[in-house]
Amino acid sequence: MTVLVQGLRDGGIVTWRNLLNVRRNTEWLMAAVVQPIMFVLLFAYVFGGALGGGQYREFLIAGIFVQTTSFNSAFTVIGLCSDLQKGIIDRFRSLPMSRLAVLLGRTTSDLVVSMLALVIMSLCGLLVGWRIRGSILDAVLAYLLLLLFAFAMSWVGALIGLSSPSVEVAQSAGLVWLFPLTFVSSAFVGAGTMPGPLRAVAEWNPFTAVIQSVRDLFGNEAPPGMAPSPGWPADNAVLYALLCLIAILAVFVPLSVAKYRRVASR
Amino acid sequence: MPTDAAVRAEALVKTFGSTRALDGIDLEIPTGTVLGLLGPNGAGKTTAVRILTTLLRPDSGRAWVAGHDVQTEPDAVRRSIGLSGQYAAVDENLTGFENLYMVGRLYGMNKPRARERAGQLIDRFRLTDAANRPAKTYSGGMRRRLDLAGALVAEPPVVLLDEPTTGLDPRGRLDTWEVIGELVADGATVLLTTQYLEEADQLADTILVIDHGRVIASGTADQLKGEVGGERLEIVVTDQSEVDVTTRVLAEVGTGEPTVDQHGRRVQVAVSEGAKSLVEALRRLDVESVTVLDVGLHRPTLDDVFLSLTGHAAEEDAK
Repeated sequence: MTVLVQGLRDGGIVTWRNLLNVRRNTEWLMAAVVQPIMFVLLFAYVFGGALGGGQYREFLIAGIFVQTTSFNSAFTVIGLCSDLQKGIIDRFRSLPMSRLAVLLGRTTSDLVVSMLALVIMSLCGLLVGWRIRGSILDAVLAYLLLLLFAFAMSWVGALIGLSSPSVEVAQSAGLVWLFPLTFVSSAFVGAGTMPGPLRAVAEWNPFTAVIQSVRDLFGNEAPPGMAPSPGWPADNAVLYALLCLIAILAVFVPLSVAKYRRVASR
Repeated sequence: MPTDAAVRAEALVKTFGSTRALDGIDLEIPTGTVLGLLGPNGAGKTTAVRILTTLLRPDSGRAWVAGHDVQTEPDAVRRSIGLSGQYAAVDENLTGFENLYMVGRLYGMNKPRARERAGQLIDRFRLTDAANRPAKTYSGGMRRRLDLAGALVAEPPVVLLDEPTTGLDPRGRLDTWEVIGELVADGATVLLTTQYLEEADQLADTILVIDHGRVIASGTADQLKGEVGGERLEIVVTDQSEVDVTTRVLAEVGTGEPTVDQHGRRVQVAVSEGAKSLVEALRRLDVESVTVLDVGLHRPTLDDVFLSLTGHAAEEDAK
């Protein structure tokens, strides 16, 4: 077997194991299923009323998709950290299995959790008035981009999880970096409404690029005053988003793999 | 590989910061035998196991397992070993059966083979009733059995067990001993770490005593006990002034130099004739009009081995 084939086969086995874990752990299952429902309904109705009703709710959905899939990277953070603490990674490392499999299995199982979250959020979105207004092909591209985004965030989470000294630290470290990235973006309000420096950050934030791409591909219009500020990142949202995600993967996959080798051999 | 031993290590050194966890360990386990690595917490036992199982790279030194260099051929080593760690590494949300099935698959077995092997081990380790319950519902002893079963999924020729009975009740300990006995009967080579002399005595063909990352003694259990000197007689007297007399009497009755704890008014010596030596010591102390507060006779423990080999107790070291 070549290295890649074995990596995929063993990664598949670890994915199966991780998904059983999500299914049987009430807390995790709640986080995977209830969180997406809660975010859509909460933001749609709490902010929706004040910020422009139906049109705002439709604008908001892409932001919620990105927020929720990025928060799902916490599964990777906590999952890897707790496997490390419990000695399960030691057992894996003493087996003649692929070195990549533990990380690949983790990020893949969390991708499945994100797919589930996207299905749930889309259904909730339809309930609050969100619609896919573009072509089927564009919609498929939007979902694929969201999954690539979730996968990239998961690899960032892998590095954080492997670097966390305890599950408690992992729990907060896994989420804290996501708050500025989601809020200083066009997820909830247009970047144009923010003061100078914050606005520049929001315009170039990769989260904004993914959100803008998804809005463009689904054909969801911004309400008045929240239109994307003109500029290269907004005009080339899909291209910029793809470049960012590829760059994130190119940095965090090798870093996480290197960290896995070191951390697991303490 | 220089010899046909199943496991061989030469001058292994590993430091963590300023601590030398391993300070030049040599060991050799002939195929089909059991080596007991005996030492207190922090002696370097786990570090040695982690190097031999490719989880850790030594700073210097070399090691071979089943003919493969642990540093240059880690995959070949992993195919030849089974590891059961100090903390039972089972997935709590998976059932016992699923845990073993997963390990079998990761050893490269196909699905039917992994299922068959998991089923065999479930029966052998008396987990049949609990096979389809998540492992989080298992007792401590059941978890350890499951972890041990995980080490044996691929019927590896070399099995490494890091403190396999620590924290187990007597029943669990006897069960584990029985399994290890069967392994050896099937021809496996076993490296076992333990803090209990009794356990090494029961299971190991050869015992290596380590402390501060160095081998301080090796031999069969009988040889080590010979060094410690059989049973130990301990006398506690009521008054400090009686300690010297007691030491003299015990030196006459015992087989070695008595060890004296002035502060605790406690004198110990190795004796060769057990209860008879005890009666003799008490008779002589009575003649000398020494008031004995407490008296005890016990079989040599790890502490005694340490006391006689290093001059300090194992427990002090663990801190």
